[in-house]
Amino acid sequence: VLADIQQFLFGRLTLSDFVHEPIMAGAGFAMVGALFVALIALTYFKKWKWLWKNWITSLDPKKIGLMYIIIAVIMLLRGGADALLLRSQQALNGSTELLNADHYQQIFSAHGTIMIFFVAMGFIFGLFNLIIPSMIGARDVAFPFLNSVSFWLFAAGMILINAPLIVGEFSTAGWLAYPPLSGLEYNPGVGVDYWIWSLQIAGIGSLLSGINFFVTIIKMRAPGMKMMMMPIFVWSVLGSVFLIMFAFPILTATLGMLSLDRLMGMHFFTSGSGGNPMLYVNLIWAWGHPEVYILALPAFGIFSEVVATFSRKALFGYKSMVWALIAITILSYTVWLHHFFTMGAGADVNTFFGIMTMIIAIPTGVKVFNWIFTMYRGQVTFTTPMLWFMGFITTFTIGGLTGVLMSVPAADFQFHNSLFLVAHFHNMIIGGVVFGIFAGVTYWWPKFAGFKLNERLGKYAFWFWITGFIVAFTPLYILGFMGATRRLDSYDPSLGWEGLFVVAGVGVVLIGIGIAFQLLQVAYSIITRDQNRVGNDPWGARTLEWSTTSPPKEYNFAVIPEVTSKDQFWEDKKKHHVASPGYSGIWVPKNSGLGPLIGLFSLLFGIGAIWHIGWAMVVGLLGVVIVLIIRLTSDDTEEKITAAEVAKRESKKGAV
Amino acid sequence: MYKDKKRRLHIGIQVGFAIFVALLIIGALIFVTQGREMPVLNPQGTIAHQERDLILITTGLGMLVVIPVFIMLFVIAWRYRASNKKAKYQPHFDSHRGLEAVWWGVPILVIIVLAVITVISTHALDPYKPLDSKVKPVSVQVIAMNWKWLFIYPEQNIATVNYLNIPKETPINFTITSDAPMNAFWIPALAGQVYAMAGMSTKLHVMADGVGTYSGVSSNISGDGFADMRFNVHSMNESDFALWAKEAGTSANQLSVAEYERLSMPSRDTQKTEYVLVDKNLYNRAIMKYMYPSGEMSHPMSEAKQSDMEMVH
Repeated sequence: VLADIQQFLFGRLTLSDFVHEPIMAGAGFAMVGALFVALIALTYFKKWKWLWKNWITSLDPKKIGLMYIIIAVIMLLRGGADALLLRSQQALNGSTELLNADHYQQIFSAHGTIMIFFVAMGFIFGLFNLIIPSMIGARDVAFPFLNSVSFWLFAAGMILINAPLIVGEFSTAGWLAYPPLSGLEYNPGVGVDYWIWSLQIAGIGSLLSGINFFVTIIKMRAPGMKMMMMPIFVWSVLGSVFLIMFAFPILTATLGMLSLDRLMGMHFFTSGSGGNPMLYVNLIWAWGHPEVYILALPAFGIFSEVVATFSRKALFGYKSMVWALIAITILSYTVWLHHFFTMGAGADVNTFFGIMTMIIAIPTGVKVFNWIFTMYRGQVTFTTPMLWFMGFITTFTIGGLTGVLMSVPAADFQFHNSLFLVAHFHNMIIGGVVFGIFAGVTYWWPKFAGFKLNERLGKYAFWFWITGFIVAFTPLYILGFMGATRRLDSYDPSLGWEGLFVVAGVGVVLIGIGIAFQLLQVAYSIITRDQNRVGNDPWGARTLEWSTTSPPKEYNFAVIPEVTSKDQFWEDKKKHHVASPGYSGIWVPKNSGLGPLIGLFSLLFGIGAIWHIGWAMVVGLLGVVIVLIIRLTSDDTEEKITAAEVAKRESKKGAV
Repeated sequence: MYKDKKRRLHIGIQVGFAIFVALLIIGALIFVTQGREMPVLNPQGTIAHQERDLILITTGLGMLVVIPVFIMLFVIAWRYRASNKKAKYQPHFDSHRGLEAVWWGVPILVIIVLAVITVISTHALDPYKPLDSKVKPVSVQVIAMNWKWLFIYPEQNIATVNYLNIPKETPINFTITSDAPMNAFWIPALAGQVYAMAGMSTKLHVMADGVGTYSGVSSNISGDGFADMRFNVHSMNESDFALWAKEAGTSANQLSVAEYERLSMPSRDTQKTEYVLVDKNLYNRAIMKYMYPSGEMSHPMSEAKQSDMEMVH
């Protein structure tokens, strides 16, 4: 009877699941410890109410955006520590016992998943939230409450993916968990379930966010802003969220089928009873390839804004840029098979997908030339965002070249699953996406903080990053030529690969120093903020978000701007245009604790699904439904800031 | 004047330091790379040779775009730096049909050339295509297991574990499957890889140029002992191969169904072994194992219907 009760209450969770190896236990303790310190600090400084009112229940996209970015930064540290462990293991190659195979495989699975879903996605959603509304002259997103739900689902997913450090284990099946390795037969434990439910919950959040920003961009632009007047960053986000809307349902369905295979013994992806693992590989990449562009397109958009601003010149070839973006958006659905040319599809199939892949290089190349020619006959200042831009073009072009190499199927047979491939996609994701994020954060920081980031420390960070990047990934290209495959926890020492792995490890350390400089940069800039206060438009920028105060008011614009051209703000400045101060009342959404509650119930459901705790699944699911019903039947969701109040707040311009 | 000189000195030091770091990185890379085998760039088989050539041609074509990009990036960024008062400033020079036509046009041309190369090479180097040769091919059935490779030579009536002997200048026809999670069969010196998947049979055709030993691996993660999925390929003279095959045929190890089942249990660091092949149907049996719901395959392969076999191919 006792066993039955335990089974009912805790499913397959037992005390022994809390026992971990030293490295994992250390990471787990550090995490719990940090959380504990934070809780004590909040209590000591009596900040609970502030946290609840200003952050957790806030529906202001600027607050939500910042919370996304904070999570992304913490996850960057986690994923970076994983990377350091992986490279150390390979540099030592068993000369000192560091990780066993199982632990090593958990770490690379976690590294990839965390870096894509919780670092890159976290940053880009953070930037969408911070910038998109004010850039299109809007006060808010289309669905403020949905936005909060999205964020808290993302946060719940983040908690689930880190929980294995404390209880249970993580997946050992790689960041995309191909069956049959991720199936019940080879992976019966909770690892793959952690992976599935973390992504499933965070992924639904991403899908909802995608819909939200799509509607925001389509419906909420300032009067007069035609599609062809939108800043190119807005276009790039439109492309990205379009991809999200049509790609993430595939992920949800694929994970759903995999979890049915695992929870209920179904056979979507196991060969017995007519299932087929090749179906999974196709489906996961039908989501996975667009995912690459979901991340890359916003980075392209950021660089377009940055290069125009710091060249003091309009973006070259705006129309070309827009059409190139649209072309990339559409084409990115048509190339998924290039991730598995080696599956044995016929030559005709491989040829088709190879050529489709190459075609993407055309609009991408056009964008590169347009960016370079934006500087032509401009006045280029090499601020930190501009350095990231230069680093981006350099590394991204090399990544593009190696990408085109692998788009030729017969050449790909020699590169697939090798460290050459690993170097290639890090070239695209770090050189493209991450550098873009850093450029964007540095560029828009003064808008949301009211002061600039320290330039000197930022430049140190950049040089460590770019040098570390070259030192870390050039050896991987070479190792690929030597036939080194990815995900090896050990290799024959007679191959002589240690030296290259040591060099790569040094590169990771250099990148780590770069990250340390960035953290220092943020801390130092906050401490010395009074000396670095800026006005609305510190860079001499071109787009609408720079016409509001830094930081912007809750409602962004007291008076919604009228738009008659692209680069509206740049034109306004030339005409010394002053907005007429005829204020009217503004409706803003009330805070709501229901978003975080949905996140909490989803977390409970996830825990139930992972550990086979039936009651937790039922309560979690019912909880979400009930909270949604409560929210959707409530009319009292907005409050009005009166015209007099707006006038009062506006007269305190510059005050923070 | 004095300030200008100091500034120049400062820039000089920075450039000097950058060159020093670059040389350091290049030196370190040369040091750790020299003398190591690079089978992808130094191939030892017909197919790998053509794949290497394809890689070099594609890289060359890509350079047509990459080099101008690099030159333009740094030249334009330097020339139009804000402190250079001699450079022209035209804030409204933001479109030019001729220029844009050039950089839509040039990549399109490059990609058209590359597309033609792709059509030809993808068909020519299709791993399923048998190789042209007057020499009679040798068939090898490859089964990926947890965590070792089983190679069955049906014509020679032998099998090996974790090593592969082949005659040089002879087409080798691999048929590949997995009795484990998905793996990929890759001998970089001889040819690019193909997946090994349970319940399915893929093909690969290779031919070694001469005598030599090359390493082979699984390049797709397959669980705990994944790093053990490596083997050596020994390419030898026809007569040496025949001699070896004959000798292996006298091995005391018999690869029966029971022995196969024992071998396919998960194990790490499996020793190289030779077997005499007792059951010729082992390869098909390994595939058919995944054609039925788990545990329901009661009948041995010999009873499986012919129609079932067609599904395999």
